[in-house]
Amino acid sequence: MEVKGQLNNVSAPAEHLLEERIKIKPANKAAIVIGLTLTVLSLLTVYAFYSFDYKEFDMTEALIATFANLKVIFLEPHLEHFSFGHALYQVLVTLGLAFLTTLFGAVVAVFFGLLAAENLSSKRVSMIIKGMVAFIRAVPTVLWVLIFAVAAGLGSTAAVIGMTFHSIGYLIKAYSESFEELDRGVIEALQASGANWWQIVFQAVIPSSITYMISWTFLRFEINFAVAVAMGAAAGAGGIGYDMFMASSFYLDMREIGAITYFILAVAIILELFAIRIKNKLKAA
Amino acid sequence: MALLEVNQLTKQFGKHSKALSDVNFSVQEGEFVTIIGPSGAGKSTLLRCINRMIDATGGEIRFQDKSVLNLKKKELKQVRTKIGMIFQHYNLVNRLSVIENTLHGKLGTKSTMAGVLGLYSQEEKQQAVRILNVLGLKEMIYKRADQLSGGQKQRVGIARALIQNPRMLLCDEPIASLDPNSAKVIMDHLKKISTTMGITVIVNLHQVDVAIKYSDRIIGINSGQVVYNGPAENMTPEDIQRIYGSEADELIFDIGGIHAG
Amino acid sequence: MQADIFAKKQRNTLVFLVLLGSVTFLAMIMTDYNAVKGITSVPKAVQWGLANFYPTAESLEKLPAILEKLQETLLVSIAATTVAAVFALLFAILGSNTTRVNAFFGAITRGIAAVFRNIDVAAWALILLFSFGQSSLTGYFALFFGSFGFLTRAFTETIDEVSGGSVEALKATGAGYFSIIFQSVIPSCISPLISWILFMIETNIRSATLIGLLTGSGIGFTFNLYYKSLNYDIASLVVVVIIAAILCIEYVSNYVRRVIL
Repeated sequence: MEVKGQLNNVSAPAEHLLEERIKIKPANKAAIVIGLTLTVLSLLTVYAFYSFDYKEFDMTEALIATFANLKVIFLEPHLEHFSFGHALYQVLVTLGLAFLTTLFGAVVAVFFGLLAAENLSSKRVSMIIKGMVAFIRAVPTVLWVLIFAVAAGLGSTAAVIGMTFHSIGYLIKAYSESFEELDRGVIEALQASGANWWQIVFQAVIPSSITYMISWTFLRFEINFAVAVAMGAAAGAGGIGYDMFMASSFYLDMREIGAITYFILAVAIILELFAIRIKNKLKAA
Repeated sequence: MALLEVNQLTKQFGKHSKALSDVNFSVQEGEFVTIIGPSGAGKSTLLRCINRMIDATGGEIRFQDKSVLNLKKKELKQVRTKIGMIFQHYNLVNRLSVIENTLHGKLGTKSTMAGVLGLYSQEEKQQAVRILNVLGLKEMIYKRADQLSGGQKQRVGIARALIQNPRMLLCDEPIASLDPNSAKVIMDHLKKISTTMGITVIVNLHQVDVAIKYSDRIIGINSGQVVYNGPAENMTPEDIQRIYGSEADELIFDIGGIHAG
Repeated sequence: MQADIFAKKQRNTLVFLVLLGSVTFLAMIMTDYNAVKGITSVPKAVQWGLANFYPTAESLEKLPAILEKLQETLLVSIAATTVAAVFALLFAILGSNTTRVNAFFGAITRGIAAVFRNIDVAAWALILLFSFGQSSLTGYFALFFGSFGFLTRAFTETIDEVSGGSVEALKATGAGYFSIIFQSVIPSCISPLISWILFMIETNIRSATLIGLLTGSGIGFTFNLYYKSLNYDIASLVVVVIIAAILCIEYVSNYVRRVIL
């Protein structure tokens, strides 16, 4: 109360503010757009639920069945149609697919990343490359794989080439951003000493970004493992994803699905632990 | 009667590192007290033990003659509404307006529903506007907090504490992130709050010269122990040596200048 | 000395390249990857694409049917994301270090999210086929589970990064848990949260195509239908429609991000 008494003595210059109702939430563009975005998303969600084709499903029944299934899958995992060794080998195959994809993606992305970095190339070339990346990303990976499958035949070769596209797009963005962080002065100094573009790239740009590049490449490898599982299931890439697809669609064996899920989960969590350490290092740097 | 009494306070982090050991002092109503000491001495921990942002390991803290350490959740909130706190990094909600941030000081007295919806009475809003006026933020009322300078943000922090109608302010390094001019403005405001409103102010500082200039009393801490507790003007270079240890040399030079002046 | 350093550097590079080469070789053998076919397939695919993979006038007749399927896919993606976001926000608040109720509960919440996140949506689709069969509900729940895991982690990190300071400040004023959540955590995090939701919608539309292939629904199924029956002109029209939809949505979400961040 004392405080209030003290403050009342001050002749308030903003008297007009005291008389009318004081609003405390000023309307600004950001607040309006936030509100609008949330409203539109909610309306679309409601409409989506309304328009779903529920077929002859009784939702409660289906959900109960789902929980029962999930219980079987996760609590009673069991390998039926192939051995533990086979599953382990197939996990390695999937890791191999992810590795090749990441490697090819990285090699191509280094080159285009240099062209996409505005300080190393021209604004126009950079724009063109970034447009290409946007296009690549707009086509889902599975479609890239299937399109290449027409030329190379369905299998691991088409899968790796098709999966490489999104890796290229992702890594071009990551690499070019770390290239752009290089101090202008360094490039100038080397230019002044008469070094040509390639010399600048190999003596200054890549050495100073190499830790970032390795980190981003590993983060992509983590993503590519998941992609490789999916392509094994959907586009004939082989590996553990294919086994999972077989267990689900042909053998209809929930216990086997559970066992395979645990394999995938284990690898994914190991990769994620590495990725978290790498991210923390990136943040600290 | 003292407003705040701290008796044999200890705080231990983990098994071995003792942040505070056997800390004793009391603070009178309306007093301006500064706690100084080298970084890592336990200043921040001590301040946060008082309103139990950190729970002490042992000892006793009495605020308005009521023991703080054994309070239930609800009573603790009640006590906290009487203690304003000011932070080094201001701790505002950046995306909200200045007046909303100020009104946050009222949340402790609100029902859950009113707090969730952010419902404030016209009277509370008027009080917020008045306080912001006094602190020279009249033009900033509807600005977003992230559009303010550091000094202005800290004044919003003070406004948020004042609207609580507090009996005491705890200020954790309030000027450590500010330039000298803004720092002076903030310290002047805190001093004025103490002298004209009779609110007790406890400030953590690491600048000895500022502490001597503004405080009624200084408490010096080193390695979690009180090594000086007395009026600002009685402090000698030896005292500073004891508080700051090996860091003292450069500081004593500064103080010499102040005393001479 | 200097020569030594250079020699060592060269040796390290050599070891790295040999290692990389052998792992690559091993991976090629294990996965049955054919390097020659891989390289030649690129020009072959381009050649084939130019000759066959473009929409013709007749294929445009199928456009209305394709757009209908696209709408279904878009709605499934959006609905899965928004509902997942609600659950993710709840879990993130319970799991983040800033706002969790206690450490034990926080760890459990984060563990659950980690399991959901690390099972890919394609795997979820295969798991859920048992319950919902070939319908868009399978796709919906697969996307829902995947988004839930991903968003929980993204939201948790956002809350810890953005709202730590203001949560402490409001706690110090005596504000209750729900007041703190609604007056500090949500206002300070809302923009990054929306940005994550938009990102998730974009990702889900791409994944929905894949899941459609596996579960026989939506635009993925339409593509597969014409692709398998060698109707490449219609299949290419499907691809064009997907590209247009994704670019549109990216444009809108980039606009929203620019305004709100």
